[in-house]
Amino acid sequence: MPKVKEIEVLIIGGGPAGLSAAAAAAELGASVLVFERDDKTGGQLVKQTHKFFGSKKQYAGDRGYQIGNLLIDQCMSNPKVEVWTDTTALGIYEDGVVTAEGQGKHLKIKPERIIVATGASEKMIAFPNNDLPGIYGAGAVQTLMNVHGIVPGQRVLMIGAGNIGLIVSYQMMQAGVEVVAIIEAAPTIGGYLVHASKIRRAGVPILTSHTITEAYGQDSVEGAIICQLDEKWQPIPGSEQDLKVDVICLAVGLSPLTELCFQADCEMKFVPELSGHVPLRNKYLETTRPGLYVAGDVSGVEEASSAMVEGRLAGVCAAFSLGYGNDVAPKLQADALAELSELRAGPAGQKTVNGIKKLMDKGGAAC
Amino acid sequence: MRITEHPILDFQRGEEVTFFFDGQELKGFEGETIAAALHAAGVRVLGHSQTMHRPRGLFCAIGNCSSCLMVVDGEPNIRICVEKLKPGMRVETQEGKGCLR
Repeated sequence: MPKVKEIEVLIIGGGPAGLSAAAAAAELGASVLVFERDDKTGGQLVKQTHKFFGSKKQYAGDRGYQIGNLLIDQCMSNPKVEVWTDTTALGIYEDGVVTAEGQGKHLKIKPERIIVATGASEKMIAFPNNDLPGIYGAGAVQTLMNVHGIVPGQRVLMIGAGNIGLIVSYQMMQAGVEVVAIIEAAPTIGGYLVHASKIRRAGVPILTSHTITEAYGQDSVEGAIICQLDEKWQPIPGSEQDLKVDVICLAVGLSPLTELCFQADCEMKFVPELSGHVPLRNKYLETTRPGLYVAGDVSGVEEASSAMVEGRLAGVCAAFSLGYGNDVAPKLQADALAELSELRAGPAGQKTVNGIKKLMDKGGAAC
Repeated sequence: MRITEHPILDFQRGEEVTFFFDGQELKGFEGETIAAALHAAGVRVLGHSQTMHRPRGLFCAIGNCSSCLMVVDGEPNIRICVEKLKPGMRVETQEGKGCLR
């Protein structure tokens, strides 16, 4: 292998956005390399057992892991796509060289275009003893259960009634784990009611306007104190309940994994609607660093459906900018943009639309 | 505890292997992560923090958060949530930052 490997399009992250980007760019004729830090691609999709919504174009009706396998097959069957698993990107340098660690080796790659599709990481919330073993992110519970087939514990308190909190609670029930309650600080359930209804029908309480005040336990979680909140989000004295649980699962949102964008000197902006610091980008997902695109949760936390469409858009744009697919690329771009608008048309998507508008606005506290 | 029956998923497990946790012999399956094997065996405390010596366990399980660092075959700071289990591995609780030998 030469000292510096040259490639047309480098994609960092082999989840739904990255794989969709790889397939789209390769389809137009570009040579693509995908870095995946895990030992297999598919990202978090391969852990999702629920059926997707949306339209057929976004694989509605299929389960997450089936969609993941479909994307993996699509990339594997295209000879223009090379995938390096167990490979973690380390840095993107001024001269365009990207370094990575892979199977104990220090690797150097010189790509013509880069698509960062690193995804997001789970948020933590503050409460006493929130570091006790037995307090897991919802993604960790999904990994334990749906990848390794191991239950997280016997009795679980779920924090957060957004889609992830609801879906992971239901998955735990399917695996035979008792979900004692789902608590949500907001006065209403954040996720889709179709998910919430399934859980309520099974008799699990969803307590809105409730929060955790502390976890307790000697070496690991033995219980949690929860309480009710008033309309000003203040604890109501005397409303405390002591729940004996051995697992507390946090589903309180995700933050974009943007370290590489910061390091690559992309201009960044804090946009709460997009769940944190995100890189400025144009509608074709190119950041302020020419030739560096973003797609998926790293550009603002949404769902896998929109991550796949963003990936496809970024892949088409990167390949088009290299002179591939001149006849079809403009239509593919327009199609992807229309699909994104469609996906964001509902009330949940409005937040993302507002966030992107804020991100594109001139001025504000960019850093 | 391991799931034996699931309404949607089938779990393909590798060969059963023996490994050691703080000297104690445990069983796990080849190909799964060390974290999975330990969790299935009921081990939740993986180390203790540097200053306050508080117990540390899994948090993200995807190699992001570094809450699960342990000493594996003498090497400290191994993210056991992504490190695969191998036969005969010696996994030890890590105290603080760990120590290179």
